[in-house]
Amino acid sequence: MTTEPIKQPRRGLHLGDRFRALPKPARIAAIVVGIALLYVLPLKGFYENLGFPIPVGSGYLPFYTTGSDMANVLFQCGYYILLALGLNVVLGYAGLLDLGFFGFFAVGAYTVALLTSPDSKLITEYNWLESPWPWLVTVPIGVSLALLSGVLLGWPTLRLRGDYLAIVTLGFAEIIRIVAKNQDWILNGDRGIPSVAHPPGTWSDGSPVFGILDWSPYYWLVLTVIIAVIFLIRNLANSRVGRAWIAIREDEDAAELMGVPTFKFKLWAFAIGAAVGGLSGTLWAGQANFVNSATFSLENSILVLAAVVLGGAGSIGGAILGGFLVIYLPEWLRSVGDVFGWPHSVDVFGIFRLDTSPTSLRFIIFGALLIVVMIYRPQGLWPNRRRAAELKDRQKEVAPVE
Amino acid sequence: MNFDDLIQGFPDLTTTGLAQGSVYALVALGYTLVYGVLRLINFAHSEVFMYGTFAALWTWGLMGYDSNSTRPSLGMALLLILVALVVAALFSGGVAVLLETVAYRPLRKRNAPPLAFLISAIGASFVLAEAMGALTERRQQGIPSILPSTPLFTAGGWTVTPVQLMTLVVALGVMFALDWFVSKTRFGRGIRAVAQDADTAALMGVNKGRVIALVFLLGGLLAGVAAVFYNLKQGNTRFNGGFLIGLKAFSAAVLGGIGNLRGALIGGLLLGLVEAYGAALFGSNWTNVIAFVVLLVLLMFRPTGLLGESLGRARA
Amino acid sequence: MRQRLARVLGGVAILALVAGGAAACKKEEATTPGGSTVSGLKIGFFGALTGDNAGLVTPGKNGAELAIAEYNAANPGADVQLVPFDSQGSPDKAAALATSAVADAKIIGIVGPAFSGESEVANPIFDQAGLPIITQSATRPSLNSKGWKIFHRGVGNDLSQGPAIGRYLKDVAKATKVFIVDDQSAYGTGLRDEVKKILGAAVVGQDKVTEKQQEFGPVVTAVKSSGADAVFYGGYTPEAAPFLKQLRAGGFKGTFIGGDGLYDANMLSVTGKADVEGAVVTCPCGPATAAKGNFVADFKAKFGTDPGVYADVAYDLTKVFLEGFKAGKTTRADLQAFLGTYNGVGSATGVTYKWEANGELDPAQVAVWAFTAKDGAWANATQIPKG
Repeated sequence: MTTEPIKQPRRGLHLGDRFRALPKPARIAAIVVGIALLYVLPLKGFYENLGFPIPVGSGYLPFYTTGSDMANVLFQCGYYILLALGLNVVLGYAGLLDLGFFGFFAVGAYTVALLTSPDSKLITEYNWLESPWPWLVTVPIGVSLALLSGVLLGWPTLRLRGDYLAIVTLGFAEIIRIVAKNQDWILNGDRGIPSVAHPPGTWSDGSPVFGILDWSPYYWLVLTVIIAVIFLIRNLANSRVGRAWIAIREDEDAAELMGVPTFKFKLWAFAIGAAVGGLSGTLWAGQANFVNSATFSLENSILVLAAVVLGGAGSIGGAILGGFLVIYLPEWLRSVGDVFGWPHSVDVFGIFRLDTSPTSLRFIIFGALLIVVMIYRPQGLWPNRRRAAELKDRQKEVAPVE
Repeated sequence: MNFDDLIQGFPDLTTTGLAQGSVYALVALGYTLVYGVLRLINFAHSEVFMYGTFAALWTWGLMGYDSNSTRPSLGMALLLILVALVVAALFSGGVAVLLETVAYRPLRKRNAPPLAFLISAIGASFVLAEAMGALTERRQQGIPSILPSTPLFTAGGWTVTPVQLMTLVVALGVMFALDWFVSKTRFGRGIRAVAQDADTAALMGVNKGRVIALVFLLGGLLAGVAAVFYNLKQGNTRFNGGFLIGLKAFSAAVLGGIGNLRGALIGGLLLGLVEAYGAALFGSNWTNVIAFVVLLVLLMFRPTGLLGESLGRARA
Repeated sequence: MRQRLARVLGGVAILALVAGGAAACKKEEATTPGGSTVSGLKIGFFGALTGDNAGLVTPGKNGAELAIAEYNAANPGADVQLVPFDSQGSPDKAAALATSAVADAKIIGIVGPAFSGESEVANPIFDQAGLPIITQSATRPSLNSKGWKIFHRGVGNDLSQGPAIGRYLKDVAKATKVFIVDDQSAYGTGLRDEVKKILGAAVVGQDKVTEKQQEFGPVVTAVKSSGADAVFYGGYTPEAAPFLKQLRAGGFKGTFIGGDGLYDANMLSVTGKADVEGAVVTCPCGPATAAKGNFVADFKAKFGTDPGVYADVAYDLTKVFLEGFKAGKTTRADLQAFLGTYNGVGSATGVTYKWEANGELDPAQVAVWAFTAKDGAWANATQIPKG
């Protein structure tokens, strides 16, 4: 090991280091501008004025998803980023593998739907409520219920380790989905709950801010929430709780011996993650207008997991990047394919008709990308520095045996 | 709750449950083998299984049997099944080895963290499933009816069809063969050595890379066998059909104690039975809930499954 | 350090400029009146064009395509386009697609959404934008009571189909013991409730299955032990085909009947000729292969296959829009008003299209047909007598 040079030549841009080297005012200015930039993303005009050469008449715009509404795609990215942030607490900080994270999203979404829809059975059949509640009131209820379900699920199961925990959480999400689907008495199964309320507010001309046609306000709302959640989680991660989580992730037994009440902190991580997941669900329901069991399939939980690890477990930036990529990338691939006239099917020797439409190929590309990233950057695209260092240690410790 | 249906149909439900459980068990063995050696949930194993179903379908197609054909004679049927078993097992085995080479080996060389393996597996699962989707235009495909539907024997309300019996017998046979292979042969000793302590085994001269490839191959072969019987039982397949079976089989592996070969068999059969009885009792739509509730409750009391994890010590 | 700061500030300024410019542009765009010209009009087709249920929808898309091709050929200068929106039948994807359909001002009419679930999500968006739709196959009854002004249905709803299935079982198949299975989808449960109402005491058992289920062993056992002589399945082909196959493999010999969710070619090919023989499906649509006029021949010439389910309905509904175009109704509002007073006979289906205030087809025009699988094809079309 002594032959290793002490200082390796540094490759790459090292944007993070450069950024940290800036004086504070410049850093703040950069962050403010960066955030302002995020708010103009749904506007089509922004992409038309980016200054990239656009092939005339092709309808192509750089970065813009022509296949489906851009604000819509961004809103989806938004609630996936929230989910990724929540799962990042559970998986990235505390190291607990949760395969059923979407279950908490479902809890949040159903709470909003049940309490705000005039067609909810709580009102029409059971008369528990006089009239539907406004959306804003139901958000804290949805978040608390998600938190509660996190505690209820975590209490008995957090004693399990690793992969057993994974299957238990997966089972939990499936149970929620199937229960929602199977019974008519309250969640109304596949028929779902229509006319769910939207967030409050009207423009000066009296039309609602959060309407049906324009998705931009929803994106702005979810963006604002994301920024708030980031601040909360950052503070938490830098507190005693955050340090306890890292200790648990590194070595649970050692942490326990050193006097960290591991169970308590694991439960904390689980509950906080669940609450953020529930928050994401309430925001989604506020937009969706219609909630039924079809939305909460297991594939979504897996997508969120992929988002967190792709971005870099344990890193807030990574969770954001990952949550953004898993939604945006497939959509973008599809629009690019549509614009440039990619063939939708190809005959192979007249035996097979290979379906090559961008819609169907996008997940192949996405899947291949997951493999490639994991091979070349197993710590994720935007790793947490401490976590990346841990992984480096690990690589040095055990020389590969083949 | 419908106790009448349960009691009336009890013998029938037992046979359907055992037959379905055999398929779970065969797929579960693949999960358990890989987990025992690598401590890795091979998430893409469900796609390995799904490729087996298509390999069998195409084999039958080439031999002139599609879903509209009339049933062949018994001798022809046995030949069709035998050929399909060989082709599907080899095909699935090949896919599994390919999967290991492309998606896992590079990660192992770089000593990546376990989570990276899981995500790579998920990526591979997407690629495999969607590639088959593109190839088959995402269409559901019908399987030719091969075995006669007349029951082998009927006793009171109890009927056993040839498919059910064959599935159970083959699953048990394969299981014993595998048990023998792992506990008695040189290759098996290598597998157990790597499962117990990979680094020490490597120092003792076991070729770890080859053992791991072998484990994937074995898992793939078993998945191919399971795929043929799944085809015969279910009568159709499609590009995303592996997911649910994979989920169930993984649950079965955990139920029996993941990493434990006999655990996978017992877990699979038990899961099949629980599902069949539960479906009669509460309705088919609750099948998956019942399966998961049983799993959760069991894990509360036996956190490492029924038989515990022990591929390393799986000597007879 | 100073240099670096200057560079950062410069970058910030450029970004701010771009952002400001973008915002300004957006405003300008909003103030220009979005007048529509007569050329370049588009009709949207909304439904599952890929995925498990594509077999129920793609024939309709081809029907719409045929109608537009004929219109463009017959009217020099016309260049109407069909824009497909592939929802894969999933409510999740419907909202984004509907929003982008609405955003294209040239799209002034929609054929679809094909399914009821996606209609719940997409129709409020279309309604907000005043974009008129005519669905060829979303048959959930409650869709007419949501207050969507733009909603039109070109076929009868489940309230006509469900009872017709019940009557068929009772009067035509003479079934006395019926076992009812549904897939818990909104469509399946809707039909189930209607069928149950008609059959009453003849229902000897009931079970529910779920989407993507492949193992039906316990259901088969329940059917056999109930001694049923007929099974009704409320749901779609992907589950119905393996279910029927396993029922036959389990020795069930009675009648198998389902709604229009099973009326596609996949039901025949996946189940297989021998096992599907004798299965009955109903549809609030007539047999497309026996459509009037030149439709069948033209369709075959253009696509090389016989017209499938709803091809003729979608063809006629698209022609309703096209008649509007010809009459100079080239905005969404004009077209919507045009539909309100429309009264004409479809050339392929022979149905008189005339809508009530809630968007339902005139009840006198609703007919439900039954089809029986014979030699690997849907044959023997008969109209089920009205009750």
